[in-house]
Amino acid sequence: MSLTLEEVEHIASLARLELTAEEKERYRQQLSAILDYARRLQEVDTTGIPPTSSVLPARSRLREDRVEPSLTPAELLRNAPHAEKDQFRVPPVIE
Amino acid sequence: MRYEAVIGLEVHAELLTRSKMFCSCAVVDSTSAAPNTAVCPVCAGMPGVLPVVNRQAVEYALRVALALDCEVAQTSLFARKNYFYPDLPKGYQISQYEYPLAERGRLVVDTISGERTIRIRRVHLEEDTGKLTHVNDGQPRSLVDLNRAGVPLLEIVSEPDMHSLEEVRAYATSLRSILRALGVNSGDMEKGVIRFEANVSIRPEGSAQLGTRVEIKNLNSFRAMERAIAYELERQAAILDQGKEVAQETLGWSESEGRTYSQRSKEEAHDYRYFPEPDLPPLVVDADWLERVAAEMPELPRARQQRFMNNYALAAVDARLLAEEAETAAFYEAAVAAGAAPRLAANYLLGEVFAWMNASGEPFSALRITPSSFAGLIQMLESGQVNQNTAKAVLAEMLRDGREAAEIIAASGLQQVSDADVITALVARVLEENPAEVESYLNGKETLANWFFGQVMRAAAGRANPQILRRELARQLGNLKR
Repeated sequence: MSLTLEEVEHIASLARLELTAEEKERYRQQLSAILDYARRLQEVDTTGIPPTSSVLPARSRLREDRVEPSLTPAELLRNAPHAEKDQFRVPPVIE
Repeated sequence: MRYEAVIGLEVHAELLTRSKMFCSCAVVDSTSAAPNTAVCPVCAGMPGVLPVVNRQAVEYALRVALALDCEVAQTSLFARKNYFYPDLPKGYQISQYEYPLAERGRLVVDTISGERTIRIRRVHLEEDTGKLTHVNDGQPRSLVDLNRAGVPLLEIVSEPDMHSLEEVRAYATSLRSILRALGVNSGDMEKGVIRFEANVSIRPEGSAQLGTRVEIKNLNSFRAMERAIAYELERQAAILDQGKEVAQETLGWSESEGRTYSQRSKEEAHDYRYFPEPDLPPLVVDADWLERVAAEMPELPRARQQRFMNNYALAAVDARLLAEEAETAAFYEAAVAAGAAPRLAANYLLGEVFAWMNASGEPFSALRITPSSFAGLIQMLESGQVNQNTAKAVLAEMLRDGREAAEIIAASGLQQVSDADVITALVARVLEENPAEVESYLNGKETLANWFFGQVMRAAAGRANPQILRRELARQLGNLKR
């Protein structure tokens, strides 16, 4: 099965990616190939096998609830394109 | 047509940890702290960082899961919920999706029409977002403060088991008091530490089929939640009455306009592309941990209410009010242990003390009375050393300056007059001084007995023991009749 161009455009817009026509076609083929491969994997009978969601060690290491110093606002905002009153400034977000 | 409401609630509660969910930044009051003072590369979403789960946040979540009778998953998974919004620095929120921490619980609440069981679908852990401030002084823009980004958030999702505003209110307030009792959330709505989302639909009464539901987001107070749901129930009924169909959509609530409004198209908003969080291995809660949390669970408000009803013969409403907050409940029980009569103590605590707190705006923790000084007053009242009016006046003084009841009474000569001879003399004097009223009384105007009672009480400066006075008055009036 192949992804449509519209589906690629939808995925790109969700990720706020701007793609050229050539890129859209290239990613459509690549993403379709990935989905086809996943479909082949799904043919394997996995009855009784717990889902593997992670290849990391079997369990999360937990952190004690201890506070450590944070960045200063100046450090945090050093790479921000726009800052104002110790905050990131972004285009207006309309509710 | 008559309709039945079908309502489910999602409750988001910030957890009272010291540090954030996945990093060691302090959890600060996001309504008052200077912006961006509790932010590090992890919660700012900078490249190359890794989240590490806060053990205390998991433990708090387990307390809630157990309090709600949930099945706790031995292994649960974190997932990425992807969406683009400036308050979300990573471009995704770490949440839980297919494998939440706990599922299938229940909460029993009391309503006017009896007990209701609201099923809990799931309880899961996630992180809060940052805070946006919209500025428009000719040049519209938004400012981003990430202090709140990464604060542990517990999401509690109910089944659509509520059918009236009263049930929603009972569920939400009960959940809030449980969170407070467990010490996992301050319950301080004004700080935004509990937020609601409601799923609302209606169907013709008696129908088994569910209607189209809408989701109302960003309800930040009990008031907003109730108003929004009430508005939505009416709006949907009007649509169905016209033979039209309710659109499935996500709504916002405008507090100032008092109405819901369409927020964004469903398809776009809900395409979250969840996938397992690759940076976090599965979260494992082994049996030992769960057992320890269970063993350390405090008494919950509803169990305490039942106990108060059984042990102290309190009415359900009184028991609930006293049992709701651990601090009030502890004060009450300490006063009873110090010798206060349980029902009398409950009346004075819920009546006089609560009224004083309301009027003064002071919290319970600021009270100047102690359980033993309060018990002292209640004992004097019970034994007839003071009457009710005096007790109330003395209690007001105790609340003002923290002195003991006995001291205030001794200083002001407020002891109740229980001396029968004194009262006998006072009654005789009042009857003597009011011959016209005595004559009317003897001619059948028996209600004057209350007036005589008042006159004697006044002559005694309010301190006469009312039982002795009433008995003596009846005796002397009876003698006159003969």
